[in-house]
Amino acid sequence: MTPSFTILAFLILASALAAMSLRNLVHCALCLVVTFAGIAGLFLQLNAEFVGFAQILVYVGAVMILIVFAILLTRGAEPAAPAAFTHSTWIGVALAVVAFLTIAGAVVTSVGPTPLAAAAPDVSVRAIGVKLMHDHVLPLEAIGLLLTAAMIGAVIVAMEEKRK
Amino acid sequence: MSSLPHYLLLSAMLFAIGLAGTLTRRNAIMMLIGIELMLNAANLNFIAFWRFSEHPEALTGVMFVIFSIGIAAAEAAVGLALIIAIYRHYKTTNLDEVRGLKG
Repeated sequence: MTPSFTILAFLILASALAAMSLRNLVHCALCLVVTFAGIAGLFLQLNAEFVGFAQILVYVGAVMILIVFAILLTRGAEPAAPAAFTHSTWIGVALAVVAFLTIAGAVVTSVGPTPLAAAAPDVSVRAIGVKLMHDHVLPLEAIGLLLTAAMIGAVIVAMEEKRK
Repeated sequence: MSSLPHYLLLSAMLFAIGLAGTLTRRNAIMMLIGIELMLNAANLNFIAFWRFSEHPEALTGVMFVIFSIGIAAAEAAVGLALIIAIYRHYKTTNLDEVRGLKG
């Protein structure tokens, strides 16, 4: 493990835990920014520069703005009721622990120490663009259609209800 | 550089945190945040497997993550619009209090 990976991993896990456990929703959103930025850092470390910057643009930029707007529009910023540790809370945590142990067991038993690919691959924006326009044209068009439909759908769903 | 299992374990932990949050929090926005965390864990897996694969020049993992980020953005937009519509109707985002199927 390199120091940069250790620091990023600690930052991501700590901020993700904080984002899921703090009571104030605005604080949760701010912790989530740190998580997303840390994941973007890991992408950069893995030579996926374009994906790292797309992560910052889309998640840290767009998705977080949406979430903060939703929190403020629904008055989630007001202090929530004191935490109720009910039966279902522990069941949820236990399920998550079981899921982690299952995945971790599979990883530890199956993946040997793989040697790193010798040279950093060519992931220039040009190579990605050529790939998108040659091999993945149909998915690209489909995602364009999906984003348009999602935008129209979101506007219609959030529109004022008609009073009968 | 760290090896593949480190990235996979980190991503598994991130997934578990997101899952625990989605299952335990009763606020709709918090559940959406948990789902976003799980999606990010999957993206991290894609990139890690791509980087440590035999033929990284094929860019398969990168393509997958680019499309996955696009879909996650659409999901977040529709999900938050639904939450705002629910809040306008029920005056709450606590999913335990949202019981009716009929408006």
